[in-house]
Amino acid sequence: MDKKYQTIIGMEIHVELKTNSKMFCGCKNDPFHAEKPNIYTCPVCLGLPGALPVANKKAIEWTIALGIALGCKINKFSKFDRKHYFYPDLPKGYQISQYDMPFCFDGKVETSFGPIKITRVHLEEDTGKLIHQKVNGRNVSLIDFNRSGVPLVEIVTEPEIYSSVQAKEYAKKLRQIVRYLDISDCDMEKGGMRLEANISLAVIPAKAGIQDKKGNNRLDPLLRGDDKILELPNYKVELKNINSFRFLERGIEYEIERQREILEKGETPIQETRGFNAEKGITYSQRTKEEAADYRYFPDPDLPPININDKWFSEIESQMPEALEDLFARWIKEYKINREMTELLFETSNQAKWLDKLFSEAVKAKLPVDKLINLLIHKKIKTELFEIDQSQIIAEYKKEVTVDELADDEIVNYIKKAVTANPQAVADYKAGKGNAINFLVGAVMREAKKKIEFNRLVKLIKSSV
Amino acid sequence: MDLLGLTIKNVSEKLKDGAFSCKELIKECLSIIKINDKKINAFLTLNEDGALKKADEFDNLIKNDKEIFKKKPLLGIPMGVKDLYTTRGIITTAGSKIIKDYNPPFNATVIRRLIDAGVIIVGKTNEDAWGHGSSGENTDYEPTKNPYDLSRVPGGSSSGSGAAVSYGACLVGTGTDTGSSVRLPAGYCNLVGLKPTYGRVSRYGVIAMASSFDSIGHMTKTVYDNAKVLEVTAGVDPYDGTTVPIRVDKYTKVLGQNIKGLKIGLPKEYFVEGLDNKINISIRESLKVFEKLGATIEEITLPHTDFAMAAYYILVPSEVSSNLSRYDGVRYGGPRELFGAEAKRRIMLGSYTLSSGYYDAYYLKAAKVRTLIKQDFENAFKKVDVLIAPTSPTLPFKIGEKVNNPLQMYLSDIFLCPTNLAGIPGLNVPSGFADGLPVGMQIIGSQFSEELLYKVAYLFEQETQHYKIRPQFKNG
Amino acid sequence: MTKKTLTRDDILHIAKLGNLTLNENEIELFKQQLSSVIEYINKLQEVNTEDVEPSSQITGLTDVLREDKINNERTLTSEQALANTKSKEKNLFKVKAILTE
Repeated sequence: MDKKYQTIIGMEIHVELKTNSKMFCGCKNDPFHAEKPNIYTCPVCLGLPGALPVANKKAIEWTIALGIALGCKINKFSKFDRKHYFYPDLPKGYQISQYDMPFCFDGKVETSFGPIKITRVHLEEDTGKLIHQKVNGRNVSLIDFNRSGVPLVEIVTEPEIYSSVQAKEYAKKLRQIVRYLDISDCDMEKGGMRLEANISLAVIPAKAGIQDKKGNNRLDPLLRGDDKILELPNYKVELKNINSFRFLERGIEYEIERQREILEKGETPIQETRGFNAEKGITYSQRTKEEAADYRYFPDPDLPPININDKWFSEIESQMPEALEDLFARWIKEYKINREMTELLFETSNQAKWLDKLFSEAVKAKLPVDKLINLLIHKKIKTELFEIDQSQIIAEYKKEVTVDELADDEIVNYIKKAVTANPQAVADYKAGKGNAINFLVGAVMREAKKKIEFNRLVKLIKSSV
Repeated sequence: MDLLGLTIKNVSEKLKDGAFSCKELIKECLSIIKINDKKINAFLTLNEDGALKKADEFDNLIKNDKEIFKKKPLLGIPMGVKDLYTTRGIITTAGSKIIKDYNPPFNATVIRRLIDAGVIIVGKTNEDAWGHGSSGENTDYEPTKNPYDLSRVPGGSSSGSGAAVSYGACLVGTGTDTGSSVRLPAGYCNLVGLKPTYGRVSRYGVIAMASSFDSIGHMTKTVYDNAKVLEVTAGVDPYDGTTVPIRVDKYTKVLGQNIKGLKIGLPKEYFVEGLDNKINISIRESLKVFEKLGATIEEITLPHTDFAMAAYYILVPSEVSSNLSRYDGVRYGGPRELFGAEAKRRIMLGSYTLSSGYYDAYYLKAAKVRTLIKQDFENAFKKVDVLIAPTSPTLPFKIGEKVNNPLQMYLSDIFLCPTNLAGIPGLNVPSGFADGLPVGMQIIGSQFSEELLYKVAYLFEQETQHYKIRPQFKNG
Repeated sequence: MTKKTLTRDDILHIAKLGNLTLNENEIELFKQQLSSVIEYINKLQEVNTEDVEPSSQITGLTDVLREDKINNERTLTSEQALANTKSKEKNLFKVKAILTE
């Protein structure tokens, strides 16, 4: 008999913060736009002997702000630790990270399949960038340290994601929250946001199988607490360095199939790190973990601990924008517009604030906000948003939707002229070509040099031809 | 010019008076080095051209600017720099082979401050590689010898700086003190050597041994000279987040003030079996001088002393293993195979004490014992103003005597490393001689009590004048 | 957890953690020398540290932070950054290929 499997996914997402300077030195934080490799480096981020780190205050504040946005608890007393491993892109032989006292813990992100628990949000430094290529016929790895020491936030979830679709939704949602806070560009292609999924399949015991409204297995209560009936598998496969949501979804799908086949044979998939080859649509082994890594964490003696007192915490909180969920709720209430409509229009909280003012001015002018949004989305109003005064948008909208007052017989006169000038269009219309009527509408309006209500004009053309 | 008999104070006056020029002074240093250093091995790299050029520049300044000695309090003073200090454009090896040709693109904060104050770097001095040692024998180069007896060690790890000042190659030698490394060579070479409070002097640009221990100090012939240099090096540095924003005293101002009523504590755990009786006698003689100066002496206890070495040899290797991770041969230096035996031992020991399953029993346990040791000192300083103890349990030992027994070597630091665990300052002052060899005495104070230590040491030095006894290059 | 002495496997394991390769002589020598150090440091287990906070730092400082400002004072040119390496290619550091697909 076929066993039933439940996909179990935990995610680790890295986001580079867009501070002006790096995490532990004053070098410019702009690795993607550097003219040349290794020009934004100093003794600190190059790991020269004797150099010492000093932490960037803004990066800490932004990490805490993200934690607050994710509903996390905040460790008021925190510290940085050293995480040791050897890799040529890691200049000091250790990464400054956070081990047992992350700035934030215990948060959650809502998805349409249910909430996902955020285990922790911590701050660390990015590594240099490795470039693999051939030099003089030999395979080599080249290293650019412009990225070394860029502040990097890691957001870790509990293994409570149960499908590739949910994983994608979670990752997108997280990006939306981060961008709204305007603390990262989340440029996935360049590596400003990096996705990692730990995937495994659990065997569902016969008695399980509680389903939600959408017909998906709802296992979250089953994995936790005393009455949990689903055990976490004894292996997990790390799918790493995914740079798009689509690849995340496809990569997970591929993994589920691959792991299922192995399990069906009565074997256990190897615990390893795998990458995703987008061209072939497959995952491939990158590194087998022979033994659990031993990072030898200990508190970094160069960096005094961080004590986030109440005053500092309130300062951080007061600088945060209205929560995204609150914003959407308020917009529904005040402007009768739902989040799907507006999500397409903005990313950052500053943009949201700008829109908020636009919508309230539209309401004051007694204009329908939903129609306004529709025109904005379809770029009917050809104006750059966010950089101009909202009144200009209102004016353009009015111009776009206002029709000129004309009597029927006046319009019919213009139609006659247009019909005479465009015999082919008339013939097409009579032959039943649907879009010929649109052409005639345009011709009439050009002839009249007036704006005429579309449906009324179509009706008149049809009766005249 | 008798450089061996001169101090920073004398030299500054003579430069001001025009008794000799900076150039003459530096030439004299270089010639003393050329005559003697083959025997002593105090220097790894000489900065001959750079030093002479600087001397010319300063001689011009002296001619043209009457105020220059006020602007540059250490103008023209020749300095030997421990090779753990990063010096821009001067090879910096840390006493190791792995970075034997590393040419730093920047100066350590302390070096920058000292250069601004007018010192002239004559060369980089030999040391136990990475600061790992108490004798100078762990250098990856030729070991430094003690100018008082060439068959004996000069103390380490700042072995070259100690020997260089002692034999007159320069007037100040920089050192780093992680567990003993300024005070022990000062003690073995008849010098004044300061281990400042942790956080008093910037570590930026000084190659890290154990980051929460490394104290950036220096050695001079006299207390005045030592205080004068600290006035330049001390203070908060935005590039070192562990420097403490506490006012830097004008340390030389208090020298000569009386110490009547000063309470001196003798830690009973430091006067025990294993302490060479000749050293015990010398320290007891010195204590009589303090009593004559009006101080009172009482025995105190530092109950966790017996565990200090063990805590030290867990925490320090843990940090060492981490700090030496950056030497991977990618951006500078050669492959890790080039590490010497002592560096390898400490990397392994530290990797072990931090490793999964052992962290709690070793690193964490030792970090807790460190708290207890710090509290021991805090309790002692509730009763007394300063502590006095021998610097080393033994006289300078024979070269080769302890090299095959790392544990015995580690125990040379037994009276010194507790202050590093506690982060408090200690000052070595010459206590006298036994068998023709220097005996060091350390004065220990509470955090940021450098001013007091200098005041106490200065009066003692004025009474005893041991610094005037010069090395004889015995057994050379 | 503490050990009385270190085995050959312990030595190999911790050498690997420290990214060191040892020859046979070193393995034997370090096994003896480090075992005697371990034996010595094990005496810490005698100390009662109940309710004692660990000290990883000694200054008592907290929140020593920098403002988020670019400071080019220490920034190196790529020539300076690469001046001490023995292996480079144009403006990049070069190492043996470390990842293959």
